[in-house]
Amino acid sequence: MSLDSSQTMTTPDGRTIGGVVMEMKHITLRFGGVVAIKDISFDIREGEIRAIIGPNGAGKSSMLNVINGFYHPQEGEVWFEGKRRKPMKPHEIAHQGIARTFQNIALFKGMTTLDNIMTGRFTRMKAPWWQQAIWAGPAEREEVANREVVEKIIDFLEIQAIRKTPVGRLPYGLQKRVELGRALGAEPRLLLLDEPMAGMNVEEKEDMSRFILDVNDEFGTTIALIEHDMGVVMDISDRVVVMDYGAKIGDGTPDEVRNNPAVIDAYLGVAHD
Amino acid sequence: MSPTFLYTVEVILNGLMAGVMYALVALGFVLIFKASGIFNYAQGVMALFAALTLVGIQQGQVPFSHLINAVFGTDIHHFGWTVPTLLAILLSLCVMILFAWLVNRLILRHLVNQEPIILFMATIGLAYFMEGLGDLMWGSDIKRLDVGLPSGGSFWLEDVTAGWAAEGSEYYGMYIDLLDVWATMIAVTLVIVLTLFSQYTKTGRALRAVADDHQAALSVGISLKAIWVIVWSIAGFVALVAGIMWGAKLGVQFSLSLIALKALPVLMLGGFTSIPGAIVGGLIIGVGEKLFEFSIGPMIGGATENWFAYVLALLFLVFRPQGLFGEKIIERV
Repeated sequence: MSLDSSQTMTTPDGRTIGGVVMEMKHITLRFGGVVAIKDISFDIREGEIRAIIGPNGAGKSSMLNVINGFYHPQEGEVWFEGKRRKPMKPHEIAHQGIARTFQNIALFKGMTTLDNIMTGRFTRMKAPWWQQAIWAGPAEREEVANREVVEKIIDFLEIQAIRKTPVGRLPYGLQKRVELGRALGAEPRLLLLDEPMAGMNVEEKEDMSRFILDVNDEFGTTIALIEHDMGVVMDISDRVVVMDYGAKIGDGTPDEVRNNPAVIDAYLGVAHD
Repeated sequence: MSPTFLYTVEVILNGLMAGVMYALVALGFVLIFKASGIFNYAQGVMALFAALTLVGIQQGQVPFSHLINAVFGTDIHHFGWTVPTLLAILLSLCVMILFAWLVNRLILRHLVNQEPIILFMATIGLAYFMEGLGDLMWGSDIKRLDVGLPSGGSFWLEDVTAGWAAEGSEYYGMYIDLLDVWATMIAVTLVIVLTLFSQYTKTGRALRAVADDHQAALSVGISLKAIWVIVWSIAGFVALVAGIMWGAKLGVQFSLSLIALKALPVLMLGGFTSIPGAIVGGLIIGVGEKLFEFSIGPMIGGATENWFAYVLALLFLVFRPQGLFGEKIIERV
């Protein structure tokens, strides 16, 4: 599957995958003497579910942190929507339309589900502070309009029952779902999910997979996700990047990756017969 | 009604109002501590500085006049005008916002991710710097602050309550200082406005978000630096209100910065991270120390108000170190 950056394609299940949204070119990230990412290039296309997999310590989370701006690579270029991105702060990148979740849930624990998702809409609300301070007309209308969007997200994720519950009190699986909701609140151009199914039981994993597919399907959101669980990844993603020890060892559709000898070696150990 | 009962009610009312004044100072500490984990030692001096600035602007004082006169051999002290109170308050608020921005730009930005103790030390330095700056800008003499609020006892209340006492008893009515009543109303309004702001506006939610989780806040597009300037501005605003109230009560003088010491026991009771805690803590200490002075004080020679709050705080530290509303201290082993 090799395409030009502007070409589109249709997936087996009938969704359209568009041109390149984000392109990573020869990214190298070092922490002192440790090389976390070695010269990795790959792209993410409009409307696809793109997975980054690899064993523990392969550099997957570092990669996500580079995309999201928590880390700044020493070498390489990040291209977003056809433009080379200058080094930016994470909050500036959020304003460009990149939202994310975290491996070890990073919710605002003291706030309710509703407020968490409302906070996710931070980049979508523009009323100046002095209007907010006195709840002047535009600020009030903005609150109400955004509240409606949040209610839709709550319906979509089937978390109506916990909308007024402080999220610190929720069970793990639901917290993960609220965190997805907060990222969706930004109506992102690119949604980054860091191990969305880590620590879940089978049932919760199935629910989460369904939500990820639905988000992609209903809103056409481009999703890049990191996952440990090979089975789930292969089922839901369109294309997969495989990393091992900071280097890219495979890239392609799930079937291509599954049959890639380097990938089999990395996951199952080398068995030369 | 018996006079003793009426006296007790009077003591409790005065205690509640004193408590609100303590809570006002404690509130500034909580705001900054919640958002950035910094215990801002300079909060009391901020109140003093705000009050000095307000009086200075109101009376048309020339800032740094002593310095200017010493260097240039001039003799200027006043511009020769006075500024209306409301305008002077607004201008003082602008000064406090500028101050918040400068503190973040010049100090805190360079100390990001440092240990809490280092940030704490930085605020101690800030406190002394501001005390000196306030002195240099506006002079060290005690000033009277008049913002047009009524003061003195309420004759109406005295007359009414005197009538409640039993026939023939020597009770001359309750003494409630009108300034305290106003201070309480203003403080209550301030707390309500702050609560609504943090609950129902985008910036308010961002403030709470930063208090909860820095990384997550960044990931939804909140700039920590912008939030910290806002938090320090709000703390500056609270300091201004506290400075006005305490300044109107005691006069604007350098001992005003010591009201911060009274806020410490309030914080121990209420917890460093809880706004309702700061208020309830303030009320408990206010009522507690007045009642203690009223009931036990005469037996042990009085002046218990000087130490009661600290002893109460000490008891809390022993039995409930996180305060009434603070986050529980749970440590995994």
